[in-house]
Amino acid sequence: MTDPTTVPPVPMAETTATVGGEMSTKDLAMTLRDVSVAFSGKAAVRDVSFDVPMNQVTAMIGPSGSGKTTLLRALNRMHDLTRGAVVSGEIKLGSLDIYGPTMRPMLLRSRVGMVFQRPNPFPAMSIYDNAVSGLRFNGIRRKSLLDEAAESALIAAALWDSVRGRLRAHASTLSGGEQQRLCIARALAVEPEVLLMDEPTSSLDPSATKRIEELIGELKDRVTIVIVTHNMQQATRVSDQCAFLLMGEDKAGELIEVGPTAKLFSAPSDARTDDYVNGRFG
Amino acid sequence: MTVMAADPILARRAEIQQIAQDTARRRQLFSRFGMLVCRACLVIALIPLVALLVYVVIRGASAWNWAFFSHLPTPAGIPGGGISNAIVGSVVIDVIAAAAAIPFGIGAGLFLSHSDGRIASVLRLSADVLSGVPSIVVAIFAYIVLVSRHPGSLGHFSGVAASFAIGIIMLPIIIRASETAIRGVPQVLSEAALALGARRATVARKVVLPTALPGLITAVLLAVARGAGETAPLLFTAIGSQFMAWSPLKPMNAIPLVIYQNGIQAYPDLVKIAWGSALFLVVAVLILSVGSRMVATRLRRVRRD
Repeated sequence: MTDPTTVPPVPMAETTATVGGEMSTKDLAMTLRDVSVAFSGKAAVRDVSFDVPMNQVTAMIGPSGSGKTTLLRALNRMHDLTRGAVVSGEIKLGSLDIYGPTMRPMLLRSRVGMVFQRPNPFPAMSIYDNAVSGLRFNGIRRKSLLDEAAESALIAAALWDSVRGRLRAHASTLSGGEQQRLCIARALAVEPEVLLMDEPTSSLDPSATKRIEELIGELKDRVTIVIVTHNMQQATRVSDQCAFLLMGEDKAGELIEVGPTAKLFSAPSDARTDDYVNGRFG
Repeated sequence: MTVMAADPILARRAEIQQIAQDTARRRQLFSRFGMLVCRACLVIALIPLVALLVYVVIRGASAWNWAFFSHLPTPAGIPGGGISNAIVGSVVIDVIAAAAAIPFGIGAGLFLSHSDGRIASVLRLSADVLSGVPSIVVAIFAYIVLVSRHPGSLGHFSGVAASFAIGIIMLPIIIRASETAIRGVPQVLSEAALALGARRATVARKVVLPTALPGLITAVLLAVARGAGETAPLLFTAIGSQFMAWSPLKPMNAIPLVIYQNGIQAYPDLVKIAWGSALFLVVAVLILSVGSRMVATRLRRVRRD
């Protein structure tokens, strides 16, 4: 897809975190510049700018109400579906302005996938139908492509071995952890460039959580991941880069600090980050 | 990242994105078309409803004046007749019916919402069957019990007989709607109260019912709205009257009866009274429905803030 709008060179302002030293825009999956989200005129997220490096895991951490999920949902235009929601600033997928006038939200969402807090496989569909649902939604009919994508995605989601013999079974026959992995497979099957994960383990038990966390590390080669998590240990385990958000005085979420996860947790540059990651509040 | 492993994925990604983009326009058109069809269906479904309402308003509004609400009916040919006795009759009949049906209905709903045993399923089935029974059947039942002459019966037409019939019609509606409302109360609230040492009855009275209140109000008002419009039970019980009757032990007039009896007359004055009464009934039901919704949302909002 080509973007007809000319792209001005991105100014590397001081609010922009540079990750891992020198990095050209070519290596960035997404860039956020002064992104704000408001619901019916009330700001929920304000002036967030950072880069999402390609084939890395970026975690968004922060206490409840800091706007993590709101910001995440701005990245594939899920707020389009909410009346009164306004996203301002600039969000780019590669060099493509995702809120640009020529952008079709449905095509964007096939390139920026999403996994939700609770496993939500389609109950009326079989495991196979769930896995290929995104492809079918996007007009793909060719059986060989569907089969190939489904198998690849189920393998990538570490689900293939346990479901290959019962692809026609209903998705509800799977355990909670398996259902969430099916949802990951479903998102992966469309081969998105970016996968957004909104607290994907918050409704799972520790062993299912561990499987998903391992999975996230394995998926990096295939897809850029942005994950929202409440759990700081999880952020340190799965992410390369971390963005810390906090609720400002007017209850709008603000970005406090962004940087390599190791640095953010060991030597944060903001005192509030230090307090949060060391469990002094939140 | 090994190039070998990534290649098929990148190739597939390119192919998928190509197909998605190529079909995007067609899919979007199809989607728009689908939305259009849904909208058209909505409009078509609303046509008879809106037409009926508009017609009732146009025909009924011209009948409304002070005398219409304050005067007693007059014989055909004598102008200035009203429906005051029918308004009184309907209010008395429906208030008694609701007052009788509400405690039993909510009590049964509370029971059903907390049990899934055999008794509960029999009760639930009975309520469903009862709500499906034609009102004429309820009417003949009420007639036999309270109107026809036998020991224990009043032996004549009366308002209470009508209340009895209409209460029976309201009952299953209240039962099932309050069961749903009470089931909507999160289990954790009951558990929290039980964990504080409350008895089950206390939990129901102090926690479950107050929490379900918005839903219960809706349940009751919907049942009243339904009951207020029933006609067949009134024909067999209240029978109608030309006089003002405040005592429910006497035959009473009621709005649906006025519509039935006047609407089929050859005199334009009487037909006009029927339209005016129809509009009155529609407005009353509208007020009940909108009112119940407003009360419910206000209660919910108060609790959220």
